[in-house]
Amino acid sequence: MVAPFRPHSPMRLSRRTRAVLVEVWLPIVLVGLWWVLSARYPSIYSPPLQEILRLFRELWLFEHARTDLLPSLVNLVLGYLLGLIAGVALGTWLGLSPRLNRALWPTLEFVRAIPGVAILPVFVILLGVGPAMKVSLIAVGTFWPILLNAIDGVRSVEPTLRDVAASFRIPLKHRLLHIVLPAASPQIFSGARISLSVAVILIVVSEMVGGNGGIGYFVRSAERSFAIPEMWSGIIVLGLMGYVLNTLFRLLESRVLAWHRGMTTRTQRDGR
Amino acid sequence: MNHAHAIHPASAPAADVVFQVEGLVHRYGSAADARRILDGVQFEVRRGDFVCFVGPSGAGKSTLLRCLAGLQTPTAGQITFNGTPVTEPPQGLALVFQDYSRSLMPWLTVLDNVTLPLRAGSLTRRQRDEQGMVALEEVGLAKAVSQYPWQLSGGMQQRVAIARALAYRPVAVLMDEPFASVDAQTRADLEDLMLSVRKHLGISVLLVTHDIDEAVYLSDKVCVLSGSPAKVAAVIDVNLGSERDQITTKATREFAELRTKVYQTIRRPAAVKQ
Repeated sequence: MVAPFRPHSPMRLSRRTRAVLVEVWLPIVLVGLWWVLSARYPSIYSPPLQEILRLFRELWLFEHARTDLLPSLVNLVLGYLLGLIAGVALGTWLGLSPRLNRALWPTLEFVRAIPGVAILPVFVILLGVGPAMKVSLIAVGTFWPILLNAIDGVRSVEPTLRDVAASFRIPLKHRLLHIVLPAASPQIFSGARISLSVAVILIVVSEMVGGNGGIGYFVRSAERSFAIPEMWSGIIVLGLMGYVLNTLFRLLESRVLAWHRGMTTRTQRDGR
Repeated sequence: MNHAHAIHPASAPAADVVFQVEGLVHRYGSAADARRILDGVQFEVRRGDFVCFVGPSGAGKSTLLRCLAGLQTPTAGQITFNGTPVTEPPQGLALVFQDYSRSLMPWLTVLDNVTLPLRAGSLTRRQRDEQGMVALEEVGLAKAVSQYPWQLSGGMQQRVAIARALAYRPVAVLMDEPFASVDAQTRADLEDLMLSVRKHLGISVLLVTHDIDEAVYLSDKVCVLSGSPAKVAAVIDVNLGSERDQITTKATREFAELRTKVYQTIRRPAAVKQ
């Protein structure tokens, strides 16, 4: 799946149409090639795209979407939100207390270096193969990038703003809500973006390894029973899921960080 | 406020004193290689006074201001604001920083920037917004309320910072080189704005600058910091009246004499040292 990356900006229709064309020509060509080549040279492992799409329609609109895709999405969102909340909360705390941060940083750096997938067996032993394991694994995996970015973002809050907050006697709650967190939000968002792709990987892997349901489990069991077209249809669903999640994330980001984008483009134009 | 005196008689009641600074000493670093910045600074600011602090760069002007604001604890000496010793940023004191682009929140609209310090109080959102609007009208920015600071020019951003200080309804405003980053015309406009605001609201203004003309033009008293470490070399009374004008006031003989006097005071201790 090709996900062309470019920031959205309000444009006139003609330019917009052109921009859309620039973005979609490659996916169209690739899908076309796949269609033609898989039809002409069919093999067990790469069945014709037509067949895959037929199964896609049959399976995923909407029976398996409910039984396999939905549970995966629920686990993913739950785990992601847990990791996000914990990462931002702890990151803010550490970012605001440099001493504590210095004391914990080396440990954090080490623990963070352990890939999320590597601790999967531990989670399976501790929590079994149910949703609790999947949600916890995703929460832990998404926690680190958000934590480290939140620490960094909070630490780099403009010192003048600290003086402003202090001199106007702005209480801690308002400082956090209206100064520290907004100031750190561009950094927090870049951590959250990394975490989102980590979360997608972890949900698939956790279902493939310890699964009794979910989209990852579906793909894995299709592969094991040599239901290759079904397997491919599942992979397409995964690709679409990742793409849609990423798009939603970008929409949210461009809303929340509109001020940041506006400020940086303004600053660049003014050459300051 | 009906008694915004330009000059106060020596017998004025103590309640009229907004700032009382005695024996202020500040050092940076540890005892062994400490760098002295301020050395026994003392002065007094009364209600409604416009006092400018001038001195060469490195004369500890900003350090002094941070101490007055309660953002920094001086090594020794006593600062009293409104009758209470300053140990933390006191109530009723508002700050305007030099760097407006860093002191405003780019994620908040102009009005939200101005009303942020009011959220802690007991005002409703509507009352806060009204108080903010009054302040923004005072600085001539009533039309920019829903814009973001980065959409405004530098001078307008500094007006927002001034409005934020005024909306706080302070007894005194501290300004650290507030007009150093704007162009000359804007600077003159902002100077006149501060004069009219002071007159209108009866607040005290303490302004740090390295520009002697600006200091003389704005002040009731110019407090000259000089030497290293800095002392108050002189407090010069400025009797230019309450109606001032960028062109006519600056063309008067009194103005020229005062600026010469300030300049000489800054130069003299330095000359003695060499």
